[in-house]
Amino acid sequence: MDVTPEIIRDNLTNLVNNNQRVDGRELDEYRDISIETGVIPKAEGSALCTLGGTKVIVGIKPSVGSPFEDTPDVGVLMTNCELVPMADPSFESGPPSPESIELARVVDRGIRESEMVNLKELCIEEGKHVWMLFIDIHVIDNCGNLFDCASLAANAALKTCKLKKATIVDDEVVYVEDETLDVPLNHNVALSTFVKIGDKMILDPSLEEESVLSARLSIGITEEGSICSMQKGGEESISKEDLFFAVNTALNKNEEILANLNTE
Amino acid sequence: MIYVENKDLVIPGEVLAEDDFYSGRGTFKEDGKICSSLIGLVSLRNKKINVIPLKSKYVPKKGDVVIGKINDVRFSMWGVDINSPYEGIIPASEVFGRDKKTLNKVFDVGDVLFLRVVDVDEVKKAKLGLKGRGMGKFKGGIIVEIAPTKVPRLIGKKGSMINMIKDKTGCKIVVGQNGLVWIRGDSEMERITRDIISVIEQEAHTSGLTDRIREKLYLDITGEIPNEFDDIDDDYVESPTFDFEDFENNPKVDDEPITEPLPNEGFKRNKRSNKRFNNNKKFHKKSRSPRKYELEKPQLQNFKDELEQEELEAKRNEDFMDNIDNIEKEKNNVKKPFETGKNKSGFSIFRDD
Amino acid sequence: MIFISEERKIREDGRKYNELRPIKIEAGVLERADGSAYVEVGGNKIFACVYGPKETYKRRLLRPDKGVISVRYSMAPFSVDSRKKPGPDRRSNEISKITEDALRPALLLEGFPRSMVEVYIEVISAEGGTRCAGVTAAAVALADAGIPMKDIPAGCAAGKMNDEVVLDLSEIEDKNGQADVPLVIMPRTGEITLLQADGNLSQEEFEEAINLAIDGCMQVSELQKEALKARYVLE
Repeated sequence: MDVTPEIIRDNLTNLVNNNQRVDGRELDEYRDISIETGVIPKAEGSALCTLGGTKVIVGIKPSVGSPFEDTPDVGVLMTNCELVPMADPSFESGPPSPESIELARVVDRGIRESEMVNLKELCIEEGKHVWMLFIDIHVIDNCGNLFDCASLAANAALKTCKLKKATIVDDEVVYVEDETLDVPLNHNVALSTFVKIGDKMILDPSLEEESVLSARLSIGITEEGSICSMQKGGEESISKEDLFFAVNTALNKNEEILANLNTE
Repeated sequence: MIYVENKDLVIPGEVLAEDDFYSGRGTFKEDGKICSSLIGLVSLRNKKINVIPLKSKYVPKKGDVVIGKINDVRFSMWGVDINSPYEGIIPASEVFGRDKKTLNKVFDVGDVLFLRVVDVDEVKKAKLGLKGRGMGKFKGGIIVEIAPTKVPRLIGKKGSMINMIKDKTGCKIVVGQNGLVWIRGDSEMERITRDIISVIEQEAHTSGLTDRIREKLYLDITGEIPNEFDDIDDDYVESPTFDFEDFENNPKVDDEPITEPLPNEGFKRNKRSNKRFNNNKKFHKKSRSPRKYELEKPQLQNFKDELEQEELEAKRNEDFMDNIDNIEKEKNNVKKPFETGKNKSGFSIFRDD
Repeated sequence: MIFISEERKIREDGRKYNELRPIKIEAGVLERADGSAYVEVGGNKIFACVYGPKETYKRRLLRPDKGVISVRYSMAPFSVDSRKKPGPDRRSNEISKITEDALRPALLLEGFPRSMVEVYIEVISAEGGTRCAGVTAAAVALADAGIPMKDIPAGCAAGKMNDEVVLDLSEIEDKNGQADVPLVIMPRTGEITLLQADGNLSQEEFEEAINLAIDGCMQVSELQKEALKARYVLE
């Protein structure tokens, strides 16, 4: 069993209560972020996001399929995540763990609920053929805050994802050679994750900080400043003040995070 | 025929020498060729070739001092994570003597302790004890992890490195041979010490490290580097060349203790055994020579001497064990519930579990 | 040694018959792993991660006299042309097993009884010959983790295409090819630890393929050694 030593917990809590962190960051300061796109030649869209020591690759594979019956004229978005043992000795191979499902769904919610992707434009023929985008999150190295890192990588991968031009001839999908389309995007979305340690909410937790968190809060905000998704985790509660403080901080920080998407 | 020089970086399978050389630690012999089995540095002493690993997991050894984390409280023992493929245990008898009390009132899951490996059984499970100066549960501080093979480097020759860091930062530092390091001091100094240790970890295999660390310490703390330094040469060395007793367990008298006292005011030490214990220590501890940092150990002139040194080391551990046994016997004349008769391995305890 | 004519055709990607695709090997690339490596062979991008020797809950696999190795090879869903369903399949299970067999003879785990060395090979981009590149990466990661080894196994395939024996088939060559012979050797002694073959080869062609593959493995081995040593060179 992996136990976090009490003295580590006490040390981190004391630091945070004195507005300090182990790596010398401010309580609302991100680690260094870098994004590299087009890293996977076989994927139509891909990005590697590095957040401090955390590394996440997102690859997007589009394919043409049938739409859901209740939404015949919109494309399909599927977000999947595998927390492979390579990334963290505590990750196990086998069926997706609750943690990997939560991560995939939180990233998915940010994309879906903010209407980042214009899904209507992914319809090729109503009721019959639509584009399906498979967004696969692959964690390379877990040094804390997979949520924000995966969300940025997914956004960057979507931005660079190319779809072949598809037309329908005699009910069959025919791809037009050498002609590609971008995935229709409305705006960018960033996720900001806070953890509560002691009596403070701190942004972008490191792995060590995550190991002693009492509560976790992820907030998805579009570039227009609209709050589009949220997820509270962790074993303990947060107060309304904590919540409003985090939302306010996230809103202030949003532009800074999203700027990382426009570096190329 | 020899193909490498002292301190060369070698990798597994690399042929180091042929014919009249001896295959030491980290090497193997195949078809008359001595090859490295590890990524590490060559340590050449006359005709004996060792490879000192740059990375390795800690395997518990009798007599080692380690830092462990309580991860389980069971019927009559604590389970301890000692940063190793093998788990450690502290039998309740190590703490309570004859009467067993509520275990988790003494040590609970998540506590970090400074311990000694009392015995290692045939499946490498380590029996741990608290007998020794400064041993017990740490109060406050932080924990840093380094590769166990780099522990000697962090200690330095005769403690030169670790003492320099202690002096400069004012932090209390305890190094476990399993690669865990405990640091307590001012929070800024704790951070500096943590950074320094991570530099040592990364650059352990390079020469001139002590000087660079000293410069970094001065820069981080006082902001400038004095012009003159003592001349210290340093090496990536192996464990037998330093004495943990000496550098780890000697808090100054007026210091705040690094660990908490046991609730039953400690066990009654057997004075005679204790004396013997100290004698042993003295016997092996070389008298402090005026030249603080020796360049080469004079007694290690050749391979034979080194072997003797190793035997001495082994004997020291045995003596220590005898000593522990004596303490045990004196302290606990009644038959222990799980150590019937004179069970040399002392590990019948596992059968209850 | 079999005589090979130098006047052979240049392959589609501009390589000679005995030329490897561009290879990049890096050791110690992952923060959390005990040992790790990243390998690129042509369009293959592969991570290998090693944990251990460590305790394991898979008690029935443990041995009282020495440590054991467990390998898991897996491919990311986006690593191939049409998305691969996540999770192990029959192919990846087989590759995991033969990789285990390919690495085991090189390990000296007598000092770690009742422990397990776990190796994870993650293919994030595949372009033919992933199993050999996977073994190559895993071997570097094992050495990087400080696992005692007799040698660092290196892998490379030879194959047959357009009736000619060539080294290191790319994905396109493999699809149109007539045979594929993946091989892993321990370079110091030349012992073979992994060998598979599919397709049709005459005895002469087979011998030529093996010799060519061994030659390729030796080239890979040099890059592995460089990568391991480069990790400890300070700028």
